[in-house]
Amino acid sequence: MSVQVIGLTKLYGHQKAVDDVTFEAQKGMITGFLGPNGAGKSTTMKIATGYLSPSGGEVKVEGISVSQHPLEVKKMIGYLPEHNPLYLDMYVVEFLKFIARSYGMARHTQAVKIREIIELCGLPSEQHKKIRMLSKGYRQRVGLAKALLSDPPVLILDEPTTGLDPNQILEIRNVIKTISKDKTVILSTHIMQEVEALCDKVVLINRGKLVADKSLDELKNVSADTHRVEMVFEKDLSPSILEQLENDYQVEKSHSHTYVISSNRTGIKNELLKFTADHSLPLVSLKNTGGSLEEIFKSLTQNEKAV
Amino acid sequence: MTLMIKEIHEFLNSLIAYVAIGVFLVAVSLIMWVFPDTNILDYGFATMEPVFSIGPYVFMFLVPAITMRSFAEEKRNGTLELLYTLPFRPWEIILGKYLASFALILFSLLPTSIYFYSLYLLGNPPGNLDISGITGSYLGLILLGGGFVSIGIFSSAITENQIVSFVLASFLCFITYQGFGSLASIDVWGTWAYYLDQFGIMIHYTSISKGVLDMRDITYFFGYIGLFLLFTHYVLEAKR
Repeated sequence: MSVQVIGLTKLYGHQKAVDDVTFEAQKGMITGFLGPNGAGKSTTMKIATGYLSPSGGEVKVEGISVSQHPLEVKKMIGYLPEHNPLYLDMYVVEFLKFIARSYGMARHTQAVKIREIIELCGLPSEQHKKIRMLSKGYRQRVGLAKALLSDPPVLILDEPTTGLDPNQILEIRNVIKTISKDKTVILSTHIMQEVEALCDKVVLINRGKLVADKSLDELKNVSADTHRVEMVFEKDLSPSILEQLENDYQVEKSHSHTYVISSNRTGIKNELLKFTADHSLPLVSLKNTGGSLEEIFKSLTQNEKAV
Repeated sequence: MTLMIKEIHEFLNSLIAYVAIGVFLVAVSLIMWVFPDTNILDYGFATMEPVFSIGPYVFMFLVPAITMRSFAEEKRNGTLELLYTLPFRPWEIILGKYLASFALILFSLLPTSIYFYSLYLLGNPPGNLDISGITGSYLGLILLGGGFVSIGIFSSAITENQIVSFVLASFLCFITYQGFGSLASIDVWGTWAYYLDQFGIMIHYTSISKGVLDMRDITYFFGYIGLFLLFTHYVLEAKR
């Protein structure tokens, strides 16, 4: 079971929200769908779930086109939309029953399935409350329960952990991890730790365009050819010292007394240590900053350069 | 079907349905039994005429009040996305909402059958009543209600704002009920006046109310309902 996004384009007026995006999400993998706010993540997901229609290109779920056979595809997808819209006046169980019925679930399996899912999503204590009465974290669980209820082979989750406290984030992540083993999961987020904790593969888009489509390890290696060191001194460096540094490296002042120095050569850390010793500079700390996903995210989305 | 049940549940859980039906019944009862100008006790004839002549005007407010939330609220809360990503066909969603509102209209008409029974007893001799006329009038009112619901659903699909939906629906109901006929009475149309008049609901409604079931009138109502539901579909699709 796979989800293929092929040359997808979506226009809002003259603005291209999604611009010729192509990627694939495979079964048994969690695909992290990344990008800054407004990059087109949600739009792509809305098209994949059949809510919006594409201006060009298409999305196929297990080879079936969403725009041509929306009903078949919708049956295969469990979707947690951004902002998690729910019928606030319904009771939790009532809502899940409605969802079960809309998927055409047989009456006797409904109750069993709902009980299972309520257990899985940690909702037993809240199940007889109105959704309006629930806190954000519990509402998010109801949304997740809704997505999981029909036991769909494909899960599309749009920012499933936004607005949750750290404990809830961990719990929701565990639920996603548990159920993802034999499913295709596409998960959008802009929390980098989440990608590291959950995802096998990363698809990164920026301003509607695909920037990277790589496994997590590959993506981390991308940055291995630039080396960055963050140095903190007791006071600002004198202009003459700075000039010497700038001859050999790219130097960027990030805070007061703090400089980020980068180069594409290896071993700049030792070089810089030697440099500080030679000039007896008052060094406070020195650490590598390159290689973290945040840095990669930053460099890829700010330079608009395809990898 | 699933959707219709959900919609009816929503009506029953909200105050709108009770208020709308309550107001409708009180208004109709006042007109029929209390107000000196229209009450049948003074009038002296056993007829439900007041109900059926005032009914359309009451429906102009009752129906939009019931339908105004159907799509508008789903849009505002973002639940339309939820609905459209569940395995429903688009027309199932529209029809589910339509039928739920329509069922509520039928339900609001149900208690007025007590008036029919009262009249039946009040007649002299008892039972001296234009039964076919009343049946026809009920059918007319039901079809009219059905038409107004389709306008209401359409107005609700256009906007996120329930008030806008309500006002627009009331206005459209009024125009389609009376507007065409009134426009046709302006003496500029020549022979076209007849066709303009035929566009309006009123002429078909009065025809059915007489107890004459003409297929043309029935077809008119179904065509009318179908047309506005189709518009609704296009409006919703255009936004996707």
